[in-house]
Amino acid sequence: MKVIAVTIIALLLGGCADQSMRQQKRYGTFGAADLWPDGSSARPIPRGTVAQTDAAWQAASTPPPAVTAALLQRGRERYNIYCSPCHGLDGKADGMIVERGFPKPPSYHTDRLRAAPARYFFDVITKGYGVMYPYAARVTPEDRWAIVAYVRALQMSQQARLADVPEAREKLP
Amino acid sequence: MQIFRPGADSVIRVALCAAAIVPFIAAGLAYAISSSPYMTQQNITRNQPVPFSHEHHVGGLGLDCRYCHTSVEKARFAGLPPTETCMTCHSQIWTNAEMLAPVRTSLAENRPIRWNRVHNLPAYVYFDHSVHIAKGVGCSTCHGAVEQMKLTRQVAPLTMGWCLDCHRDPRPALRPREAVFDQSWQFPPNQEDEGNRLLQAYNIHPEHLTDCSVCHR
Repeated sequence: MKVIAVTIIALLLGGCADQSMRQQKRYGTFGAADLWPDGSSARPIPRGTVAQTDAAWQAASTPPPAVTAALLQRGRERYNIYCSPCHGLDGKADGMIVERGFPKPPSYHTDRLRAAPARYFFDVITKGYGVMYPYAARVTPEDRWAIVAYVRALQMSQQARLADVPEAREKLP
Repeated sequence: MQIFRPGADSVIRVALCAAAIVPFIAAGLAYAISSSPYMTQQNITRNQPVPFSHEHHVGGLGLDCRYCHTSVEKARFAGLPPTETCMTCHSQIWTNAEMLAPVRTSLAENRPIRWNRVHNLPAYVYFDHSVHIAKGVGCSTCHGAVEQMKLTRQVAPLTMGWCLDCHRDPRPALRPREAVFDQSWQFPPNQEDEGNRLLQAYNIHPEHLTDCSVCHR
C-alpha cells in the first residue's frame, strides 16, 4: 500500500516541472546554435549549389511578362513596400529615408531614366546600384518585373497629355 | 463520559464544506494563475542587443511590415531580417551610432544578431503566418499597436484558449486582405456583416478550424 502511494506521488510530481514538450530539443527557425562559428542554426547554402527550381527561377527573369492590370496592381503594392521609402510614392526620390539623410537617388522623371530599358530597372533591383543594396533576396523576379511596370506607369503619370486620355477632358474643370 | 468536545460538530461541518469547495477554488486559482500575464509573459519588454524601435521605424518612418518581415505572406515564419536589411539604410544613416555597433559587427563578422525571442509558442504548436494573412487576419489583431512600441512586447496571451476563441468564430477578427498590414485600420461598425461576408469570400470553414491537427501536427 505504502509503495503504491509513494509511486503515485512520485509519478504525479514528475509531471510538475517537465518542460520537455513545451521546449523540445530542436532548432526553431533561425534559432541559435553554438555548433557553428556564426552561431546560427540556419546554414548558408554551400557554394555552387543549384536548386531544383533554379531553372524556373531564372526563367521568371526573362523575358518580361505581359503587362496587365493585375501586374500593375502587384507592382504598386511591392513598389510601395520596398522602393517608396527612398524613391518616394511618386518616384521623385523624396521618400522618408531620403528626408532623414539617405543620399538622394535620381528621380524616375528624367530623360535618362525615361529612356532606360525595362531590363535596366530589373537589374538595378537585382544587383543594387551605388549606395542602393541589392533586393534580389527580398523581391522575387516576378515581383521585380511588376515593379518595373509600375515605375513605367509612374513615369507616364508625370508626362501624361490630355491627348493620351481624351475621355478625361470632360472631368477636368 | 463525553468523547467529542462541544465544538466538534462545527469543526467537522466546516471540514466537510471545505473538502467540497477547496478543490474547485484550487482549480480556479491554478487556471487564473496559468492564464495571468505573469505566466503568459505578456507586456514584458526584453532587452535586445540593439534597442530596435518599431515606434520609430513603423510609426515614425512608415515602413511596411513586409520591408523587413519578407516571408510573412509566403511562409510559416514571418522572417527576421538579415543584417543586410538593417544596413540597407544604416550603411548611410547613423553610421557611427554607438547603438548600432552590434549591427556593424554582425555584418563585418558575418554573424547574425542574436535577438531575444518575444513571441514563444510551445514546440508542439504549429503556427503559420501566411495562412492567417491570406484569410484576412491583420497584424495588429494579434501583435497590437506595434507602431507604438519602443521595444517589442507580446500583447496577446498566446494561450490555447485565446487561439480557440478566434478559431471557433473568426468573424470578429476578419478584415479585407488589402487592410491586413494597415496598422491604423479600425473594425467598421458593421463588422458582423463584414465578418460573414469575408468568411464566405475567403473560403473559411470554422467547422474545421478547431480540428486538433490544424495546430498540433
